[in-house]
Amino acid sequence: MSLDKTDVEKIAHLARLAINENDIPGYVRDLSNIFNLVEHLSDADTSDIMPMAHPLDAHQRLRPDVVTETNQRELFQSIAPETADGLYLVPQVIE
Amino acid sequence: MHNKSLSELSASLHSGEFSSVELTQHYLDRINAHNSNLNAFITVCDDRALEQAKMADQQLQQKNAGILTGIPLAHKDIFCTQGVLTSCASKMLSNFISPYNATVVEKINAAGMVTLGKTNMDEFAMGSSNETSFYGAVKNPWDTKRVPGGSSGGSAAAIAARLAPIATGTDTGGSIRQPASLCNLTGLKPTYGRISRYGMIAFASSLDQAGPMANSAEDAAILLNVMSGFDERDSTSVERDVPDYTADLNSSLAGLRIGLPKEYFDEGLDPEVATTIEAAIKVYESLGATIKEITLPNTHLAVPTYYVVAPAECSSNLSRMDGVRFGHRCENPKDLQDLYQRSRGEGFGDEVKRRILIGAYALSAGYYDAYYLKAQQCRRLISNDFTQAFADVDVIMGPTSPTTASNLGDNIDDPVATYLADIYTISANLAGLPGMSIPAGFVNGLPVGLQIIGNHFDEARLLNVAHRYQQATDWHTQIPAAFK
Repeated sequence: MSLDKTDVEKIAHLARLAINENDIPGYVRDLSNIFNLVEHLSDADTSDIMPMAHPLDAHQRLRPDVVTETNQRELFQSIAPETADGLYLVPQVIE
Repeated sequence: MHNKSLSELSASLHSGEFSSVELTQHYLDRINAHNSNLNAFITVCDDRALEQAKMADQQLQQKNAGILTGIPLAHKDIFCTQGVLTSCASKMLSNFISPYNATVVEKINAAGMVTLGKTNMDEFAMGSSNETSFYGAVKNPWDTKRVPGGSSGGSAAAIAARLAPIATGTDTGGSIRQPASLCNLTGLKPTYGRISRYGMIAFASSLDQAGPMANSAEDAAILLNVMSGFDERDSTSVERDVPDYTADLNSSLAGLRIGLPKEYFDEGLDPEVATTIEAAIKVYESLGATIKEITLPNTHLAVPTYYVVAPAECSSNLSRMDGVRFGHRCENPKDLQDLYQRSRGEGFGDEVKRRILIGAYALSAGYYDAYYLKAQQCRRLISNDFTQAFADVDVIMGPTSPTTASNLGDNIDDPVATYLADIYTISANLAGLPGMSIPAGFVNGLPVGLQIIGNHFDEARLLNVAHRYQQATDWHTQIPAAFK
């Protein structure tokens, strides 16, 4: 399978990843090669095979619905790029 | 001091032959002397380590100390360490001073160990040569023109050069076993769920597992005792008692049934590596084991399956790196989309971007069934192969890596060729099985690792099988000449 420039730009947008125009031919080549490798999966007969999401087929564990974490807002915001009044700041979204 | 086993170090600390401060200073001096050459550490915790060593010395004096009290170790820079840079070798987290400890770090601190520093790795553990690190490549102590393997390449180089007696690593597709193989170490990837993933920066959550990297199976067993166990903060942690992994180290191997998968000795395996592995198998025969050829017929699906499952999970996990709450943020974002896109575009390196893009594509509308679902089905086929094999054999053996360490820069331009070299290690992650690599000899002066794969939760048997081999051979005691 081979991807083209439009595919790469679309995926990069979905992944919210800015990529340089100059790098696009490299991604087109590498991703196409990787998907060619992945194509081998289509040769495998997987009819009636249950998808395996967890290596031990375990189920998600539930815990009692009680508060176990304490508020550590100052600590966590101490490493944030930009905060004010306990809020994380980003460029204005709503006019 | 730096050629002693953990048991010997512990005995010396308990008898007062030397203090933890002296031992820690010795390793810090060695790091200071050699790290600029090897680039094994991203962060060295000088002052903090000496503080921890002082506290350990107090416990030792008060006779209130365990076997690991006062012994230094290095953490892969993927483990969140409170108050210390935890970069995952990425520009994205190059300003991330972790506000909390990973469970593994907490357990190791509670055991009284001293953290020397944080080791270099492939960026977000994506790579098998340690060349994708934002902090530069790590050099292999056996030949500094060669790669140490990856992604836990810094931990491997640090131990091989005796800059740390032991270290933590993580293994998503071979990242403990392969660098252990290329650096002449003993590395163990436990069963999925055996060790808590809490605070271990996630790459592919259904595959990631932490483990010890060491100079011997005995040392690995001692650290595994501390690292293992249930953790309610990791939803995939397994509720199962932790045995004493040192208890069965000396058990006899008489009657041990070893399976050799014919697919692991196929074309692609370097003939001299094959000869080395065959010699190791002969040693096991002399120890009373029986050898049986087996087949893992879906081995050819392992690499393609992995390169759907791992990137899909990585693209999801790494979406949390968005420049808002922590990590790198671009300058002067014009709007929120620009902030996300440029922060991520600037923060991630090439290999990480490639994997995010593969994953985003495989999970996108219209492709999910063809890629992710299909890969999960193939994953079960691979896992079923092992279930069948373990009906007839106790452990599976083969090479860890098809070749010895390659030259720095050899594989950078061809991702697919690099991916294919993970052929022997990836299956154990897909099936959730424990796997080890142990030193088995040298080809042209470069180490070769023997891989041992066990059934789920059979770590004690793997360690026993490795230890008995290490009693009969001395490959694991070899040290690169420049670091004796």
